Amino acid sequence: MTARKLNLKDKYRLLTRDLEWEYSYRDYEEIFKQESFEGIKITDWSKWEDPFRLTMDAYWKYQAEKEKKLYAIFDAFAQNNGQQNVADARYVNAIKLFLTGVSPLEYQAYNGFAHVGRQFGGVGARVACQMQSLDELRHVQTQIHAMSHYNKHFDGFQDFSHMHDRVWYLSVPKSFFDDARSAGPFEFMVAIGFSFEYVLTNLLFVPFMSGAAYNGDMATVTFGFSAQSDEARHMTLGLEIIKFMLEQHEDNVPIVQRWINKWLWRGYRVLTLVAMMMDYMLPNKVMSWQESFEVYFEEAASALFKDLARYGIKMPDYAATAIAEKEHLSHQAWSIFYNYGHAAAFHTWLPTEEEMDWLSEKYPNTFDKYYRPRYEQWRRMEEAGERYYNPTLPMLCQTCQIPMGFTDMDDPTLVSYRQSEYDGDRYNFCSDGCKDIFDFEPEKYVQSWLPVHQIYQGHCGGAEMEDVLGGYYRINLGTDNLDYKGSPDEARWNDWHGLETAEEKLKKAS
Amino acid sequence: MTIEIKTATLEPIRHTFEHTRRRFGDKPASRYQEASYDIAPEHNFHYRPLWQPDKLLNDTSRTALVMEDWYAFRDPRQYYYGTYVQARAKLQEVTESNYSFFDKRGLAERMPEEIREQIIRCLVPLRHLELAANMNNVMCCAYGTSTVVTQAFLYNGMDRLGVAQYLSRIGLLLDGNSGEALATAKDHWMTDPAWQGLRRYVENTLTLEDWGEVFIAQDVVLDTLVYDLIYRQFDAVITEQGGSDLAMLIEFMQEWHKDNSRWVDATLKSLAAESDHNREVLGGWIAAWREKAVADLSPLGEVAVGDEAVAASIEALDKRLAKAGL
Repeated sequence: MTARKLNLKDKYRLLTRDLEWEYSYRDYEEIFKQESFEGIKITDWSKWEDPFRLTMDAYWKYQAEKEKKLYAIFDAFAQNNGQQNVADARYVNAIKLFLTGVSPLEYQAYNGFAHVGRQFGGVGARVACQMQSLDELRHVQTQIHAMSHYNKHFDGFQDFSHMHDRVWYLSVPKSFFDDARSAGPFEFMVAIGFSFEYVLTNLLFVPFMSGAAYNGDMATVTFGFSAQSDEARHMTLGLEIIKFMLEQHEDNVPIVQRWINKWLWRGYRVLTLVAMMMDYMLPNKVMSWQESFEVYFEEAASALFKDLARYGIKMPDYAATAIAEKEHLSHQAWSIFYNYGHAAAFHTWLPTEEEMDWLSEKYPNTFDKYYRPRYEQWRRMEEAGERYYNPTLPMLCQTCQIPMGFTDMDDPTLVSYRQSEYDGDRYNFCSDGCKDIFDFEPEKYVQSWLPVHQIYQGHCGGAEMEDVLGGYYRINLGTDNLDYKGSPDEARWNDWHGLETAEEKLKKAS
Repeated sequence: MTIEIKTATLEPIRHTFEHTRRRFGDKPASRYQEASYDIAPEHNFHYRPLWQPDKLLNDTSRTALVMEDWYAFRDPRQYYYGTYVQARAKLQEVTESNYSFFDKRGLAERMPEEIREQIIRCLVPLRHLELAANMNNVMCCAYGTSTVVTQAFLYNGMDRLGVAQYLSRIGLLLDGNSGEALATAKDHWMTDPAWQGLRRYVENTLTLEDWGEVFIAQDVVLDTLVYDLIYRQFDAVITEQGGSDLAMLIEFMQEWHKDNSRWVDATLKSLAAESDHNREVLGGWIAAWREKAVADLSPLGEVAVGDEAVAASIEALDKRLAKAGL
């Protein structure tokens, strides 16, 4: 008997797809309870095209090789105190933002993909989601390990998980993922699998990893390279689920379109943090936010939506707003954080003269006109010994939870402001996108845990700012935050490199 | 003589993250600790799930079991992702060489026909049961509390998919990749009276809503019985009848089960040690599922091994429960 040769597709079918059987002792609906409540119609799971045909033995083998190499680098990094080799200690604040704001999202993705990896009725889709769940667990754990050594030499990493559940600006990414996970399984896949992992990943994950590469952060960039092939798998899954839903039934099209509109906007708002990181927090810049938005959103997404047009899917209307914002977003965001530098868990600072020139060059229509004067004013205050901190609490958008600081794009001196009424209460929004999301599901978004409301209602440790920041958030005031100038991070960095601060130089000279 | 390379030492400002310091003290924490303890979201969830509006997103009440501290568990294997995949890759390497040896030497053809049939009837259908085990463990991962608990469920879940795939490969080794053995085995799973009790048991577990109960019904009761019955007793019977080559194809399952049992036992023990309440809840589930499993497994036991087979497996289960204080 000579064995027949099996091709990859047949083999995967026999080893995985064929494991399924038709239930006869219990009903399908009892086993997959969540498959129909969202209104998505699946007529035939067997039409699912496996985006990658990976069996577990191959998964263990490849992933173990990748892990072995990755941890060898982490060990070498720690042994040689690689944190001394980053471009400048200000850079480290970018990865503080990553560990407190993004790594916990990897954790949520691990939870969310396990959830859909149980709930989908098709074994092919289930298994692909389960593998993604496992990968996401990998990502959060390797990120913690990559930054574990930084945590031993810089402030602000130490309580990332505690902070993610509480700190005001971290409620932006947290509520985004809570929103996706509390949706049904198909919406979760449009939110995370498609919008986040397929369309937006080059604007989130990649800028942080490129930032690491440009700024001498060996540990983080090695993680980035190691995760690349995982991310590629996740992208193919995100695209497959969209196509599958659209091909299954025409009634799915308007539902999917609404979800795409919602989740691209919701995801784009989270990217605000990335925009300011790219333009302001990287000592060695990779590219401007505007440039990366043009390449990875305007060009890539328009190609994608051209491809999806045959299903009747079109580019979300809000894309025009996002495009209009690209010359403003990072500047407005960094201004908010500079203002609230006493309430963040990382350091803020004013861009140097050189950096301002770079911003002028990259943003010729907006930077000199609107933002440079603002920074120059703050610099004068700082030089006069009155570094500006805003003592008030901002109003937050009910949907994206970002402080209401975005302006009208036609008139960047006016704050953009929308309102809705629901059940006798008034709710505020930063944009049409966020207002529409609320208006479609108000009963969901009235539940938002808005950090500022919560502080006023006394749920965050007390009435004084110290109670909230130090007690409830566990931010070490003046150590983890305030201006980079004068921080312990700066002092240690200067000590490692034999540098003097401006203040010390001044003292010596007199 | 030893050589000594001088490296610059920098005094760290802290030894580990705050969440591990609070738990284990201000000293360097292990990678397992930093990546497993207190990293799951616990507070201030924004929205209630549309799919379960009476609960929060990560809600401890998705089981009747109660823990003062859901991180009181410890995986004795200390698996986080990296150590997990590396342990499985090692096992996989051995398995791969076993399977290719079996294939290269044409050992399937040397097996007596009735042994081959017996394997297709009594072993290969377990691939479907393993798929259910995959779903059940992923369910526990999705709705369980704390990373020390949920990550181990996901590893278990993915392992079960791996076992299902190895069982499928056994079928393909026996039928020369035609898929006939898999089709026959599936027929047994769907219609053979020897399997119907088990299939009913499995389908019932897939409808459960309490992940703690799933853990008991699947990982504790059913797995202990089935792995003892098939991978110990059935293996012995087949070996005795001249099918000893099967052993190299199921070594993975035997080694995996040993490894996994260390975690199952530790988890069960921590749950039971917590309170009378937990012991009562666990006891109720165990009694109910044990009774069903004994009845449902008996027909297969008789066909695969003999009359006394299931009684011997029950002994293994009871020993295990006693060890956990149940």
